[in-house]
Amino acid sequence: LRVSLFITCYNDALFPETGKAVVNVLERLGHEIEFRPEQTCCGQMHWNTGYLREAIPIIRHFVSVYRDAEMVVVPSSSCVAMMRDHYVKAAEMDGDAKLVVEIEELLPRVYEFSEFLVRKLGVEDMGASYPHKVTYHASCHSMRSLHLGDIPIRLLKKVRGLDLQPIQDMQECCGFGGTFSIKNADVSSAMLADKVRNVLNTGAEVCTAVDNSCLMHLYGSLHRQRTFVRTAHLAEILASGYAEATA
Amino acid sequence: MSQTEWHTRDFPTAAKDLLQDSQTRKNVQHATNVIQGKRNKVTAELPDWEDLREAGAQVRAHTLRHLDHYLTQFEAHCTRAGGHVHWASDAAEANRIILGLVQRHEAKEVIKIKTMTSEEIGLNANLEAHGIRPIETDLAELIIQLGKDRPSHFVAPALHVNKAQVRAMFQREMNLPDLGDQPEDLATAAREYLREKYLRIKVAISGGNFLIADTGGMCIVESEGNGRMCLTLPDVLISIVGIEKVIPSFRDLEIFLQTLPRSATGERMNPYNSTWCGVHPGDGPKEFHVVLLDNGRGPILADKEARQTLQCIRCAACLNACPVYHQTGGHAYESVYAGPIGAILTPQLQSMEKGRSLPYASSLCGACYEVCPVKINIPEVLIHLRGKIVREDQATFGGKLSLWNIGMQAAAFLFKDAGRLSMAEHMGQVGQKVLVSKNGFIEWMPLMLSGWTQTRDLKAMPAQSFRDWWAKEKAPHAKQLDRMKENPDA
Repeated sequence: LRVSLFITCYNDALFPETGKAVVNVLERLGHEIEFRPEQTCCGQMHWNTGYLREAIPIIRHFVSVYRDAEMVVVPSSSCVAMMRDHYVKAAEMDGDAKLVVEIEELLPRVYEFSEFLVRKLGVEDMGASYPHKVTYHASCHSMRSLHLGDIPIRLLKKVRGLDLQPIQDMQECCGFGGTFSIKNADVSSAMLADKVRNVLNTGAEVCTAVDNSCLMHLYGSLHRQRTFVRTAHLAEILASGYAEATA
Repeated sequence: MSQTEWHTRDFPTAAKDLLQDSQTRKNVQHATNVIQGKRNKVTAELPDWEDLREAGAQVRAHTLRHLDHYLTQFEAHCTRAGGHVHWASDAAEANRIILGLVQRHEAKEVIKIKTMTSEEIGLNANLEAHGIRPIETDLAELIIQLGKDRPSHFVAPALHVNKAQVRAMFQREMNLPDLGDQPEDLATAAREYLREKYLRIKVAISGGNFLIADTGGMCIVESEGNGRMCLTLPDVLISIVGIEKVIPSFRDLEIFLQTLPRSATGERMNPYNSTWCGVHPGDGPKEFHVVLLDNGRGPILADKEARQTLQCIRCAACLNACPVYHQTGGHAYESVYAGPIGAILTPQLQSMEKGRSLPYASSLCGACYEVCPVKINIPEVLIHLRGKIVREDQATFGGKLSLWNIGMQAAAFLFKDAGRLSMAEHMGQVGQKVLVSKNGFIEWMPLMLSGWTQTRDLKAMPAQSFRDWWAKEKAPHAKQLDRMKENPDA
């Protein structure tokens, strides 16, 4: 397959290693990866903060960049949730019937990264090796919008040497919520404190997720407290140890 | 508690205070965990739970689309059965009607079943101002009333206080220095306090869970039996009910009497389900009044995106599931209706003039929508209301020049074009240096961004963005591949 990578705005600027890991994993599976440099953002920050009118040109831009793509893979469940839950509504709000049709044609070809591996390609074992104690944070959008279920867990269970530790209250939000973390910084911090306590209780060295946004939030506190726990996107774990394994 | 005492502070400010109250937070987390656990258990055991949710959603949505029809049908059938139907466009009118009825019967005291609608209109304060003493009979509402507190949860109004706090308050307010500390002791004290009042007081005031259009009847579900006594012992019963509470038919209770108790208290069935219709000589109240309250519901009905707000059957499952509510409890919302549903209902009931910070009191995690027994897509409505607020703010001079608006406009400008975004990334990589500490992290940010760094560090932007890495490492290679494909002999 010719897979077009939508890296997302924050992964592009803040987490380039995640993008490189996605490229690594997909190329290893024999797919051709393209990166369309015209891409920017999915519009989620504007839409969710109430800047609905401002989100529409961003959505339109996304659709124009990927309209003819064969497959689009996104290493961020909340961006995919934005597309699936709100794009059609946004286009309808704008009264743009053509855009509605384009969105409806494009969206079935847009996949979140782990969803693409398991649901589209049907692979679970990436041949990765990651000899660490890891806990998985289920992001809200991955659970409640994309309904990924145990997909990320299945992928992690196939990683050699990985010791997966269950986390208490997995379904509870980490408190990020985009601009919520700023507008309601105190409540967000209280939610984060509970989540961090649960992460620390697992004894894991690494906390992973399919969203770097939650991980950025979690690591913000893990680092502030100088804990030993670090965070890594699922793609980075799946891209690990492969070179050694094939050497 | 009168209505004017709500909505004095915005959510972040009120929440900040409540986060200091570790006793309340502990009580709220414990209670919501218990209820949520029971709810999850009894909803999981029903094979048709999702169908029941869907059916409930459809019945409620259908009713709201034809609300005029079902309300007039209810009025006709209720009147025929001997009830009196009153229409109140706002809180003041509802208060006037109820006060008039109570005064006509020369009652100096009234007994009340828990009703959030009466809290919404500030009924107790208005009665007290006219020398009438309202007595709450629901245990939790009695705790609130005697403790001069206010409800924090519309199913369990005293969810934020624990047993020990209730005991201390009862000892003080009921003059019972030797009161025991077991739940039975507390319930017995409340029962003895209330029992003679049921037998003596002639006027009762209730809310209502459902108005039933095809029979003109009403339904109230409850756990303590106080409701049953208020509905049957007094001579006069006055029910104040929001216009959205109507359902088309008695048969629809089949859905809601399954979904409501399971969602609200984690019970398969409420201990007391009371349905009645008008008046019957020699049986129950001699006079029955229903006050149908609009009080801001009309405009919600007219808003296609937000109308689903009125589907709510007040089970409070969204409160128990909400990670924001778990932290703050209900008082941070400064509204009768707390939690996720309160965050969308309260500002709309106030014509978006008050409670404007409430639609932002959510991380949009979606837990509320997941548990809602009538499938109100609360996150979607929250975003819709945020959209309204942003547009209204942008129409003012100050709003246009606010840091939020300027920041969002600037970001939107960048996201329209990858060249601009890339340039901004390069500027950020250099510009961030004034903020980055020696350890490579940003530990302080100015203005509104300081909310982030008060408890969290931020990883600095790496020197090379993904797009720059791709352009340098992968793009030349990809171009070469494309050329080879186009021209395999070259």
